[in-house]
Amino acid sequence: MTGQINFTFDGRALTAKPGQTLAAALLDNGIKLVGRSFKYHRPRGILSAGIEEPNALVTVGSGGRTEPNTRATDLFVYEGLVATSQNRWPSLSSDLGSALQLVSRALPAGFYYKTFFGPPKLWLFYEKFIRRAAGLGPAPAEIDPDRYAQRAAFCDVLVVGSGPAGLIAARDAVRAGKKVFLVEQDAELAPSLLRDPQEIDGKQGRAWAGEIATEVRTSGGRVLTRTSASGLWDDQFVCLSEKLVEPGQVPVNGFTQRYWHVRAGEVVLATGAIERPLTFANNDRPGVMLSQSVRTYVNRFGVVPGKRVVVATTNDDGYLTAKALRQAGAEVIAVLDSRPAPVGGDSEFAVFNAAAPVTAKGGKNGVTGLVADVDGTTQTFACDLIAMSGGFTPVVHLHMQAGGKLDWDEAAQAFVPGASRWNVRTVGLAAQPAPAETVGATGAAKQAFVDFQNDVTVADLDLAWREGYRSVEHLKRYTTLGMATDQGKTGNMAALDRIARREGMTVPEAGLTTFRPPYTPVSMGALAGMGTGEHAQPTRRPALYDLHAAKDPIWLNAGYWKRPRAYPIGAETLAQAGLREARAVRSSVGMCDVSTLAKFEVQGPDAVQFLERVCQTTVGKLAVGRGRYTFMAREDGLVFDDGTVWRLEENRYLLTSSTGGASRMATWLSYVRNHLCADLKVSVVCVQEHYAAMAVAGPQSSAVMAALTGEEAPRHMSVVEAKIAGAPVLVMAASFSGERAFEVHFDASHAEAVWRAIEAEGCCPYGLEAMELLRIEKGHMVVGTDIDGRLTAGELGLGKMVSKAGTWIGAATLQRPDFADPLRKQFVGLVALDGGSIPEGSMLVRFIGGEAEGHVTGSGLRVLEGGSIAIGHLKGGQARHGEDLYAWSPTRKQKAKVRVTSPHFYDPAGERYRD
Amino acid sequence: MKLIPCPHCGNRAQAEFVYERTADSVVPLDAAPEVAVAALFTRANLRGVEEEIWRHTYGCGSWMLIRRDRVSHAIEWVKPIGPKVLP
Repeated sequence: MTGQINFTFDGRALTAKPGQTLAAALLDNGIKLVGRSFKYHRPRGILSAGIEEPNALVTVGSGGRTEPNTRATDLFVYEGLVATSQNRWPSLSSDLGSALQLVSRALPAGFYYKTFFGPPKLWLFYEKFIRRAAGLGPAPAEIDPDRYAQRAAFCDVLVVGSGPAGLIAARDAVRAGKKVFLVEQDAELAPSLLRDPQEIDGKQGRAWAGEIATEVRTSGGRVLTRTSASGLWDDQFVCLSEKLVEPGQVPVNGFTQRYWHVRAGEVVLATGAIERPLTFANNDRPGVMLSQSVRTYVNRFGVVPGKRVVVATTNDDGYLTAKALRQAGAEVIAVLDSRPAPVGGDSEFAVFNAAAPVTAKGGKNGVTGLVADVDGTTQTFACDLIAMSGGFTPVVHLHMQAGGKLDWDEAAQAFVPGASRWNVRTVGLAAQPAPAETVGATGAAKQAFVDFQNDVTVADLDLAWREGYRSVEHLKRYTTLGMATDQGKTGNMAALDRIARREGMTVPEAGLTTFRPPYTPVSMGALAGMGTGEHAQPTRRPALYDLHAAKDPIWLNAGYWKRPRAYPIGAETLAQAGLREARAVRSSVGMCDVSTLAKFEVQGPDAVQFLERVCQTTVGKLAVGRGRYTFMAREDGLVFDDGTVWRLEENRYLLTSSTGGASRMATWLSYVRNHLCADLKVSVVCVQEHYAAMAVAGPQSSAVMAALTGEEAPRHMSVVEAKIAGAPVLVMAASFSGERAFEVHFDASHAEAVWRAIEAEGCCPYGLEAMELLRIEKGHMVVGTDIDGRLTAGELGLGKMVSKAGTWIGAATLQRPDFADPLRKQFVGLVALDGGSIPEGSMLVRFIGGEAEGHVTGSGLRVLEGGSIAIGHLKGGQARHGEDLYAWSPTRKQKAKVRVTSPHFYDPAGERYRD
Repeated sequence: MKLIPCPHCGNRAQAEFVYERTADSVVPLDAAPEVAVAALFTRANLRGVEEEIWRHTYGCGSWMLIRRDRVSHAIEWVKPIGPKVLP
């Protein structure tokens, strides 16, 4: 490898060798201080050489490409890389927040919870301070300019991890004729062979790995490097997060990552093991590193992180590191082995048995020495690097995500995969980790870190334990142990060990917290894929969308639908336009696009029987050509939707219901038809988008309809077939506004011609704002607010319309004694007594500060005369007409004095419907 | 994500399906009030094998009854639900 790569760290121009991670390049440049810790702003360096890194988090890239909290150990340096350290001010080396270390007693475990329980004003004060002081890198403010691809794939065997065990599993599967996916999170295959070069099958390790990769590819499989298997679910469903370029790097073809959904016949987990730190005072100082990671820097990246090294270990791995360091020219001052007797005869190193580190000396620029306990005596070693190994934690995350069980391996002091629920097996070191001892924490507990990323010390764990947090799940939440981007990959086992010791139980008895996806952080963009901006959710445009758009209305997003809210003229506000449109309806005639209404055609000899199950009103009494208002209850007896039902032919009905409840109603009708009425001869078809519909409302609407169709307009609640602008239409005389009105339904392909013909008769287009004013004044309910699924037909004031036959769904449940309670909420009207408007959504109280007895569901005004009115739900409201209350919204600081009335403010006798 | 064997379409991803309710919560038409209330509000909610109603909503739209272990997620069997096909 030749050449050098230019990059910057905190603005400093530096160079890296090809293939180096940012962490390797920083160490190569003599930089040990990389970041400040989450809570206490302690100086932190580089602990590991992999995805488990808790300390060395940096922000990379710029603008919308910015990625915070990127692990310097999981980022391969590219030309022009811009990396900055985090959580420090004004600079990394002179960080003001590190003064917090002096007051760290003020931020003990459970600090947040304790403050929550304190006076709220205290919390508001602390919050500002904490938000600024504690945290990781800030989220980017700009939109990500890059694209994220998504792909689905199938394979016979998916192997996670390309170490020797994974490669052998992949090779065996290929030779058995399987289609294999081999997934490696590193940029290189078999990274463990780069750390510890060896020959396999008589070949140099890397060449051997390359041959197997070729075999996988040529047999139709895939080899995906820089790809993390982030989640494993039921039936071997695996999510893969593939980096096409490094974080912050400008992609070649616009795509920065690819997110895979893979269904595999079998999953083989060759995920290896993560080395554990030892727990001693100042074990978080720059220059204290994991033993295997040190070897990775020496053998793979050509960087020797220290000249004078102390190795502290509980297992054999430390000796390999000592050898590698000596070969690279470093001086190994001592090997501190926790085990009491020498292992394997004479050692070439100064080995101290029954020895453990107690306190690291040194500051932000690295350790200068180590105080150790050697078989009961204190010894001090001068050194600039401490390589530690506390044993190995198998990576069981994916196994556990998919519902696997764990066994306890006593020799390795580690959890290993047990039974799996699915076709998942674990091989290699993840199944059989190397033997190691467990040693407890040493040194001052307040400086002995267990979870480096969350600044959780041994003292924090002890405090939580003393305060009664015994379950590991509680302990996690109280201390924040194992949270944030590394999810405690290095620290969890040391914490468990501490808790088990305090509790006098074994580690497996203490148990583990739940493993949840993702294994490593996944970019939000990868999950969204192409589903961003206008593609984030569907947009439903009614047939008349273009015609509305030409009038430049104020739009309302009604679910996914785009609907005009008002058509302002000139400088009109929404309120002004809405009132003008509503007045046009009250005084002459208006027209409104109601195409989004849910519509169902119900046909067949048993259509009436079906409808009288679904509708709470009678249906069978309707003559052909007649319709009626109706409403529907759930099985619990509560009304959930309303609409109209029209008898078009002997055995053919049109049922309409609310726009917002359309898909729920479609599902409900299908449920009733398939589960409860499977023996009926009936067909139910959703025709919501097949028919466009327009409301024509106002005192002149009959004349308009007569002019358009050449026939006398049908009387109220009748339906006739007619033609408008040559298009066949159904003219249904029904009113939502309170005026004489018609709904015209027709094939949506004629929408524009019909609309233009109606508009040419002098109708004023009105939107949803005017419709709200009109229907609130009339006391007509809408689904979602007035009909909210919590009131019965009687409570909504519809009791007289309920079919006595009681064949409707929900009739039985409605006999529950609870429904006889006169203090259940009921639908009422409200009139403002003091001039102002009645705040929508406010609660109804007897006095300001009193208990809520109901709430305002819709607020409006008398369209022609003015004066604020509203509708709402009120406890026992139907018997409280005439009572004065307050509509009060403490959050919006609004209130209005109101009088309870009937909800029918306008033409209560319905005389205006009739010609 | 589970694979669910739709009686009409074969194995499909769980994301295509919507869970409706347990079979014992279906209120039969014209049930006595106490039967209806029991079905709706006092269900067994077993930790174990139970029959459930699912729908292949984002597929063929058909309903089915699934007997499933609610701990291990293992599916015992799947049966179609709905009107019999007319001759």
